[in-house]
Amino acid sequence: MNKLELQKTAVEVRKGIVTSVHSAKAGHPGGSLSAADIFTYLYFEEMNIDPKDPKKADRDRFVLSKGHTAPGLYSALANRGYFPVDDLLTLRHTGSYLQGHPDMKHIPGVDMSSGSLGQGLSAAVGMALAGKMDKKDYRVYALCGDGEIQEGQIWEAAMFAGHRKLDNLVVIVDNNNLQIDGPIDEVCSPYPIDKKFEAFNFHVINIDGNDFDEIAAAFKEARETKGMPTAIIAHTVKGKGVSYMENQAGWHGKAPNDEEYQIAMEDLKKAGEALCQ
Amino acid sequence: MSVIENIKDLPKIATRDSYGNALVELGKEKDNLVVLDADLAAATKTGIFKKAFPDRHIDCGIAEANMTGIAAGMSTCGKVPFISTFAMFAAGRSYEQVRNSIGYPHLNVKIGATHAGISVGEDGATHQCNEDLALMRVIPGMVVINPCDDIEAKAAVRAAYEHDGPVYMRFGRLAVPVINDREDYKFELGKGVVLREGKDITIFATGLCVVETLLAAEKLAADGIDAEVINIHTIKPIDEELITASAAKTGRVFTVEEHSIIGGLGSAVSEVLSEKQPTKVTRIGVNDVFGESGPAVELLHKYGLDAEGIYNKVKETV
Repeated sequence: MNKLELQKTAVEVRKGIVTSVHSAKAGHPGGSLSAADIFTYLYFEEMNIDPKDPKKADRDRFVLSKGHTAPGLYSALANRGYFPVDDLLTLRHTGSYLQGHPDMKHIPGVDMSSGSLGQGLSAAVGMALAGKMDKKDYRVYALCGDGEIQEGQIWEAAMFAGHRKLDNLVVIVDNNNLQIDGPIDEVCSPYPIDKKFEAFNFHVINIDGNDFDEIAAAFKEARETKGMPTAIIAHTVKGKGVSYMENQAGWHGKAPNDEEYQIAMEDLKKAGEALCQ
Repeated sequence: MSVIENIKDLPKIATRDSYGNALVELGKEKDNLVVLDADLAAATKTGIFKKAFPDRHIDCGIAEANMTGIAAGMSTCGKVPFISTFAMFAAGRSYEQVRNSIGYPHLNVKIGATHAGISVGEDGATHQCNEDLALMRVIPGMVVINPCDDIEAKAAVRAAYEHDGPVYMRFGRLAVPVINDREDYKFELGKGVVLREGKDITIFATGLCVVETLLAAEKLAADGIDAEVINIHTIKPIDEELITASAAKTGRVFTVEEHSIIGGLGSAVSEVLSEKQPTKVTRIGVNDVFGESGPAVELLHKYGLDAEGIYNKVKETV
């Protein structure tokens, strides 16, 4: 996909996020929207996957360590063809397979159940290690939140990944700078994030995580990096693409009401139209 | 009764050794079996697996939560990981990782938890996990096994590998008599074993308390109390049929475990009987207290979990 196609796809992914969370009357739009461009790039460009064969043995793997942003993952999967986009309307509904947090047992394309913060990266490390042991070429991607990395287990996993030189592993930190209680550097600062991953023997790349040129360059650089895992610190805007949600911690875990939903969809419609001109 | 008659002559092996030995044997047959440790390979006895299969042994360092998650991830790629550490850390420290990263997705990870119970001995209360059976039992889909000797422990490791799904295995540090070394021994997941038939009371025992219970039963017999002794090696799924049938036969039940009287075998048996065969149950175990430092055998005596303690408790309550 070229950049314009990726941008248009990201708009559709964002529409799916807003629509599913609105339908659920609950969920996490802020961090889903900040990472929407990352989700889009991974599922439409970067990863070796096949929506018709979600469990293909040699596929690339993705672990959403910040599992609460499931709406972003689900929307990317649906738009990629893993399941009908209309099913996004069932998010968090009783009886739906689209659980509030990723459920690998019931959702096509979900490689690991996640949601309890700090745990997903360890699973991704295990997948990368298994790939190395079996001399497989698949790559493993894990998306962490910048608040999530306050969890100690993240650094246990990072230490192990660096120690084992897992160059088939890419950790992306969605650095939107906001967590539930406020700015991350006011709650309990994890900064400097890049220096921390460097200290754990990662190759580190800082990018604008809402810019497809920088995203593409970073994943290319990660692919070319040998002998150490890569951490991409993606500087993003929480709530990106929906005017009133941008940079607002309050939209971490809240659904838009009907009126707000209309405004959000109008914002995204305009963004899509602008890309068509 | 032959086992008990020659008990002094039986070899003694700690079930943690059985675990390490069984992994080596199984590792020869199963290429996808991997073993993970958290800097305790020498103590969990997986060091011999590391020596035999260095490429399939992963030392995660002192980071049990991460080890648990790594095992979960590896299992999604076709590996059958056995994660090894002390029960305190496997079930305690990593409880939520076991629940959410292994239990919830029902991944094929096996947990080999050594140094369970007060028989850890000198290390004391911080390392004596008397709560693991309770913690693991409440996780949906988790199989929980507590073998009583070397033969049973090795059989449990193989059964765990063959079972598709998460399994928690509890092993001990203290060498215990090998009571199951007989040709007709057969391990069936979820099936209790009647080791001594009796008509007056039933004593359900698990782990290293099984042999002590058999010895206690002999003392009780001398006093005219004919005790049925049943080894419950699988705490979950528990053998409801056998428990109900034996309780119906004797009408009086005791449970014996080197675990808190809350949440383990005693609770599991009480749950079954309260619904299916209401029977008075006396739970013998660690009485909702922390352990302490001391030689294992002395502690088992002090906490009433040796043959004498079990005998006394039955005599005073029956």
